[in-house]
Amino acid sequence: MLATVGYYEPAWIQIVKAIVIALVALQLVPIVTIAERKLLGRFQGRYGPNRVGPFGMLTPIAEIVKLATKEQSRPDTSIGFLYVSAPIISILTAFAAFAIIPFGDPQDIFGTKVGLYGLDVSIGPLYLFAFSAIAFYGIMLGGWASGSKYAFLGAMRAAAQLISYEVSQGLALVGVIITAGTLSLTGIVHAQAGMWFIVPQCIGFLIFMTASFAETNRTPFDLVEADAELVAGYFTEYGGARWVSFLFAEYLNMIVVAGIATTIYLGGWMLPFGIHLPGWTEPLVVLFKMTLFIVFFIWIRATLPRLRYDQLMSFGWKILLPLATLNTLITAIVVVVVDK
Amino acid sequence: MWSPGDDQITVQRAPAPGAAGGLYRAFGETLRGLKTTLGRLTEGVSTISYPEQKVPVYPRFRGRHKLHRFEDTGLEKCVGCSLCAAACPADCIRVVAAENTPENRVSAGERYAAVYEINISRCIFCGYCEVACPFDAITMGHDYEMSDYDRSDLIFTKEMLLAEPIDITPLRREGE
Repeated sequence: MLATVGYYEPAWIQIVKAIVIALVALQLVPIVTIAERKLLGRFQGRYGPNRVGPFGMLTPIAEIVKLATKEQSRPDTSIGFLYVSAPIISILTAFAAFAIIPFGDPQDIFGTKVGLYGLDVSIGPLYLFAFSAIAFYGIMLGGWASGSKYAFLGAMRAAAQLISYEVSQGLALVGVIITAGTLSLTGIVHAQAGMWFIVPQCIGFLIFMTASFAETNRTPFDLVEADAELVAGYFTEYGGARWVSFLFAEYLNMIVVAGIATTIYLGGWMLPFGIHLPGWTEPLVVLFKMTLFIVFFIWIRATLPRLRYDQLMSFGWKILLPLATLNTLITAIVVVVVDK
Repeated sequence: MWSPGDDQITVQRAPAPGAAGGLYRAFGETLRGLKTTLGRLTEGVSTISYPEQKVPVYPRFRGRHKLHRFEDTGLEKCVGCSLCAAACPADCIRVVAAENTPENRVSAGERYAAVYEINISRCIFCGYCEVACPFDAITMGHDYEMSDYDRSDLIFTKEMLLAEPIDITPLRREGE
């Protein structure tokens, strides 16, 4: 059977909604980049970018102009079609994954009931993993089609790393899915009305966060673009707008992971202690919780050094995977025992 | 394996890498690292935004040279003796002396420096010229922003050395 959709609107509203969500995603990425650079600076006792605009807040605009007007070039050894399509795959999958993050319950907007999400699919996490699996193709093709050894090594590492950590990430989510009894992300949020899943699933949360760092290629797991050894990893040979696409996809993936963690472990748009605010504040609550995660991502980047490749692999397979399996198993047993 | 020898009593080794213990230690150390970086965040920045904000120099800092005049008469202190040029190890000072006349009195002494040039691009800021000068006519100032686009612009003439600097370099107080 095909996946069912929880609630959907007329087609024209869905199109408008898709455009709005894409625009929101487009606005979020520059904000995250400037926030990251400013915060990293503060963590290291310096200002960060502060030359363009007030407090350097217009730096992303200057960068976009610079990068978009750069010359497009590619190495002689590259494979043209694949070289060009790799960044497109990366950015498309990142946008697609962003579509399922729920920002609130369906709201009355000018007399029409509109769900504050791209799509409420009944297979939320599976959809997410499907698209993050397709995103590997962007990285793999980008590295391989560049025709450069550094890009190729980076792509190989990326493939190995992402596949090993996706297993743990998925297993960590299984615990939540068993507890909530649904795969729909809005359903999972509604299941957290009594208690956020970060409390009963704290081990799962830690595993999910650790695996997410590896999934989004961020320190301490940014082996993929280890600049000391691999120049820049899979996008060594990219420049200008194509490079921006990769960078954009990377930051968007970070935002998506923050959104998924918010939805699944921090109760989505729910507020603690039974506080109820009007419905229009729900997206703000979700954005606030996402900000917490993004700040945490940046904080970790300022703190931890990069792992060695064998440390990364042994950590993923020998520690994270058994822990995630154990977490799933215990959750399943507890759920069965409590239900009886 | 390396043996510490008899004179050494204790050897501190890093903990053996293990699965559970290693994970626990890594988690604890991560938390400690997060605390450290958060400390940097709360204690503020230590950047000095250079072009707008300058580090004060010490009073004895040897920067760009200055030529001096007598404050009461306005006459130049330099008498064109060329002792500074003789003392200069980098050979970057050029002095051409001329006689003072009653109509054209430039310095307080018998002669004055008609040409006084310092090639800043060769100067090593040793301060020997200052030491050699019998009249304290040349001293080392506090300015250090002397870069230019052209080498010929780095030959400072007497007028440039006599003029007050455009930017006043901040000075450290005694004991600061």
